[in-house]
Amino acid sequence: MNEGTAPKGPIDRLLAANTWLVYLFFYAPIILLIVFSFNDNRNVGIWTEPSLRWYGEMFQDTRVMGALRNSLVVAFISTIVSTIVGTMLAIALERYRFRGRGALDGIAYLPIIIPDVTMAVMLLIFFFQAFGILEELTGTRLTTGLGTITLAHIAFNISFVAVVVRARLSQLDSSLEEAAADLYASRWQAFRRVTLPLIAPGVAGGALLALTLSLDDVVVTQFVSGAGATTLPVYVFGLVRRGVTPLINAVSTVMLLASMILVGLSLGLQRTRPRGGEESSAAVIGSSIPSDAKSG
Amino acid sequence: MERRGGQPGDRLMTTPTTTARITPELEAAAERAKARRGFLVSLPAYVYLVVFFVIPFGLVVVYSFATRDSTGLTVLRDWNLDSYQRVFASEVLVIFLRSLGLALSTTVICLGFSYPFAYYIATRPPKVRNILLVFVMIPFWSNFLVRTYAWRVLLGSDGPISQISQALGGEPMRLLFTNSAVLIGLVYGFMPFMVLPLYAALERMDWRLVEAARDLYASGWSAFRKVTLPISLPGVIAGSILVFIPSLGAYVTPALLGGARTVLMGDYIVSQFLAARNWPFGSALSVGLMAIMLAATLIYFRAGAKTA
Repeated sequence: MNEGTAPKGPIDRLLAANTWLVYLFFYAPIILLIVFSFNDNRNVGIWTEPSLRWYGEMFQDTRVMGALRNSLVVAFISTIVSTIVGTMLAIALERYRFRGRGALDGIAYLPIIIPDVTMAVMLLIFFFQAFGILEELTGTRLTTGLGTITLAHIAFNISFVAVVVRARLSQLDSSLEEAAADLYASRWQAFRRVTLPLIAPGVAGGALLALTLSLDDVVVTQFVSGAGATTLPVYVFGLVRRGVTPLINAVSTVMLLASMILVGLSLGLQRTRPRGGEESSAAVIGSSIPSDAKSG
Repeated sequence: MERRGGQPGDRLMTTPTTTARITPELEAAAERAKARRGFLVSLPAYVYLVVFFVIPFGLVVVYSFATRDSTGLTVLRDWNLDSYQRVFASEVLVIFLRSLGLALSTTVICLGFSYPFAYYIATRPPKVRNILLVFVMIPFWSNFLVRTYAWRVLLGSDGPISQISQALGGEPMRLLFTNSAVLIGLVYGFMPFMVLPLYAALERMDWRLVEAARDLYASGWSAFRKVTLPISLPGVIAGSILVFIPSLGAYVTPALLGGARTVLMGDYIVSQFLAARNWPFGSALSVGLMAIMLAATLIYFRAGAKTA
């Protein structure tokens, strides 16, 4: 495939110009933000001299550090739970036929496509109502906080993990698992020794996506977080609405850096993906694109 | 005996797994056992999604028919359609049309730049292609809030764009808190969602088809229109839906870059819950937004089925 030709001449030059324009559009704001985070001046727009002043302030800001710790705790727990549950969901949908499978298949994709705002509204009402019922039954009033944030993040992450793992599973031939069964492997052994190693890159990719989404989420978290505990993006969102400060530039740069490390890890994982196969669902979140690029 | 996937029977003929005679009863029992296992494997996700997605979804629908008491609290009785009547009030219609206009503009602008962009990347040699693609993935995975915030710095009254304009003798630019700023933010935020499906569609293209068309004396334009475009249409539709849906429900972008006079559906819904405390009305708006989203997704699958 692809041994054809690209058009040459003025059209090609126009295409090239458009490409560099889009890259400039993608990167100029990010690079500018990073540069300004090293600006000593309190006024964001006026460049004085390079310094690490705002990074120093950031590490001394107890609210930023507290929010960062909350973010990491929520992301860690929600990633582990959603990776396990999401992987099981992917295996069930891809390898088994059972009653209720069709309904589950439909529900599983909805958290991905519905807008953040509606997911946030749904969970806000749910926790409000559930806590009301629990109070009537037990007499204790639960409050929203890190617990509800974690539960909410798991709710949207399960679907994303399932899509990524399923894309990987669908590319694998189930005959390997059957061979293991023929060789008297128990179901658990077949899973542990054959299936799991084969889908491992998909599972890891799904986990990284879950981690990224959890660390990035603003809207759902804002709705289900209590008065005391917020995550870093929600705290930054609150600050940003009031205005631009160099401290936010520094925090943002750190958040960007964290995202880029996660991209690097995920792209590294994609290298071990099998070739070809259907990936339309995974293309939704872009996870399989590098595997596509490799098949050329 | 373990069999995975496939229709009952077909696997037995190609790969006999046992020497024992397989009776229909045994086979049915094995199928049942397998179905039970599949159900058990799916159970944690099933329970979780029902509790934290299906029930919350139902609650939003229930709340949209509820009333508020004198203190503004939602009471689950005196069911009515008041909230839905308000959804069709002119005040909401203005906000909806503004959101729709912005979402459509965002989709068209993203498509306009992304198609030639994806086309260019897809026609490079594989090695170059991979590098170019990595540089699309980085913004795609980067924190959305931070990327939007960057535009707040850029477009601010003392930001670089305004400074350049002033240095050239112009007025200080008043871009921030306008519809244009929101549009720029939305295009910036969701463009990777357009690029990736387009690229996926174009990369798989067999360019020999275009060559064949050219050999048959098709002009470059008609070869593109009759060969390349139809083949990449699923990517166009997927990308458009992926940009349109989140643009329509956007909240972070208008909250950071828009002003009080550029309220969109997303922040309007949020304000019903966090400020106005009118949960039934907010719920009715959410139900409406989800209905539009579902309609768009159905169109996507219909179109996908036709073109696939």
